[in-house]
Amino acid sequence: MNKRITFSEVSGNRTFYAVLAGAALLIVMGFLSFLYMEHAGHHVTGMDNQVVWGVPHVFAIFLIVAASGAANIGSIGTVFGKKIYQPLGRLSLVTAVGLLIGGLLVLVLDLGHPDRLIVAMTYFNVKSIFTWNIILYSGFIGVMAVYLWTMMDRSKTVKKFYKPMGYVAFVWRIILTMGTGSIFGYLVARQYYDAAILAPLFIALSYVLGTAVYTLVLMASYKMAGRELGDTVLNRLRYTLAIFITAVLFFEVARHLTNLYATEHHGIEAYILTSGGFITFVFWIGQILLGTFAVLGLVWCRKLKNNRLALIAASILAIVGGLSLIYVTLIGGQSYPLVLFPNALVESSFADGTFNHYSSSMYEVLLGLGGVGVTVLVIFLATKVLSLLPDSLADSLADPHHK
Amino acid sequence: MSDQNINQNDSGQINSYRRKFLAGLAGITAVVTVAPGILLRQVQAKPAGDAVTSKVRWGMLIDTNKLSDGGDACIAACKKEHGWGDEKLSRTAQDAQWIRKVKVTEKLTQHVTELPVMCQHCETAPCVDVCPTGASFKRDDGIVLVDKHICIGCRYCMMACPYKARSFIHETLIDQRPDTPRGKGTVESCNMCVNRVDAGKKPACVEAAPQAMLFGDLNDPKSDISKALKQFGGTQIRADLGLNTGVRYWGI
Repeated sequence: MNKRITFSEVSGNRTFYAVLAGAALLIVMGFLSFLYMEHAGHHVTGMDNQVVWGVPHVFAIFLIVAASGAANIGSIGTVFGKKIYQPLGRLSLVTAVGLLIGGLLVLVLDLGHPDRLIVAMTYFNVKSIFTWNIILYSGFIGVMAVYLWTMMDRSKTVKKFYKPMGYVAFVWRIILTMGTGSIFGYLVARQYYDAAILAPLFIALSYVLGTAVYTLVLMASYKMAGRELGDTVLNRLRYTLAIFITAVLFFEVARHLTNLYATEHHGIEAYILTSGGFITFVFWIGQILLGTFAVLGLVWCRKLKNNRLALIAASILAIVGGLSLIYVTLIGGQSYPLVLFPNALVESSFADGTFNHYSSSMYEVLLGLGGVGVTVLVIFLATKVLSLLPDSLADSLADPHHK
Repeated sequence: MSDQNINQNDSGQINSYRRKFLAGLAGITAVVTVAPGILLRQVQAKPAGDAVTSKVRWGMLIDTNKLSDGGDACIAACKKEHGWGDEKLSRTAQDAQWIRKVKVTEKLTQHVTELPVMCQHCETAPCVDVCPTGASFKRDDGIVLVDKHICIGCRYCMMACPYKARSFIHETLIDQRPDTPRGKGTVESCNMCVNRVDAGKKPACVEAAPQAMLFGDLNDPKSDISKALKQFGGTQIRADLGLNTGVRYWGI
């Protein structure tokens, strides 16, 4: 690590506390929504027996997948030895933990019986990806905590474990994201899932979301703390974002082309790509136009180099794109009817053969935003109590090749 | 006095031997006469303390050609038995449906078939595989059901079921049937009337449509259902998934 870099806690000003207050407000709203949904039952939500996972799950998956990606910044520094990323590692791990806690809370609080969570923690059906995820998610927090310790502690004894922990965290992250992708990948019942490509797609997606969230957190923290943040660091993040977005696009194209080759998947492809109404709109406008090409344009347009507003816009759009991808996969995949009898029209009182409509309730959105609030609170509180941020990331300090 | 006593004791002993012998004989006669009736019955009561055994695999055969109402009577019987279908606050799409009538129109021929669809009691059930807590489980006798007391309501089984056989309870329920625990925030589905089967009875739907439905032990080659399936075969819905369902159909 560059020796000239020093870390310190942020002092906290009015904007900082306003952000914390905003996060706390989101948490309160989310918690009240949870209480209401649990008390009344899920009939107050937009979810039903046809679309069983809704907006809370979109938020939860987004946060969890982004968590894995946010820690990637740390991995690049440790595992791949890229010096410029090393000062960014501490914040990266804390961002990852914050995202994961937020996502996990949303997921857990949407359960029909969150009070029985102890059952899930004491009984493990090893064939269930959910069981794996319970272990992977809780283990992630522990791994990140130890990794952060080895990153921050300067004693030689602890420093010995810095590199090995970097590798452990790197592998753990990849398995975690594969596990999240596999929630869908192993579902034989649904036309839009049941594809192994979802695992690598989710890994690539995690890098996009993690980098985007991290970029925003970094810029916000430095702006609030009044510390210097050079273009070199930001440009690295900018290009990292673009590369990962291309990777997601690659896997997405491969997924759709594979589906289009198999006749049995023509129906679902036609639904997602052309006739799915809002789902189709979210796919083309949210995921492809805004979330992919607009971001690539903002990153690679030469006139916008070193333009911070463009980077903020690119990061926000990348998040919009990722949320769209998750929404289309999750909601689109469920709104397309199950195929009980191929080559036949099917109807019943239980919505067989019909395209299921889903419209989220306010409570689901608030619960999801509550998770975002938790994430924001964890990250920014951590910057206040731990020495996570370098005092300066000016080009002269952060760039190992600066002359 | 003492001799008399001995004689009396002897004769009493002989009488007791005779009584035991006669009782034993009567017992054996009863067993020999009644046992085939009990042992060869399609449905056999399981003593409450006994564990379920994998020697039995309960299954169902539904002849759609003989279901003149498409399964309406079965559905009504199921509702009556388990008490679902009277949710007050849930929207239609949120209402529980353990069994439903599905109308299938083949696109090319326009041939219409109506059939009841419920949990197919798969041998390798996707809902059992994905359940993190083991609440969704398969009994040794092949019946797939949910333990409502440990279901955390994650709905992963609903995502995994290819038959859309499961429902989530979206509201507080009251006055549940004693044999059918149901509750807000848990998932439920057809349990092949496990309460009736364990008591030696047939599932409610089978009783409601005896002309079209057979219930019995698929592992017993002498059972009516096994003989019928061996002779004429039986179709599984989505047989391509290889789930080896316990519910088979004729006429689809």
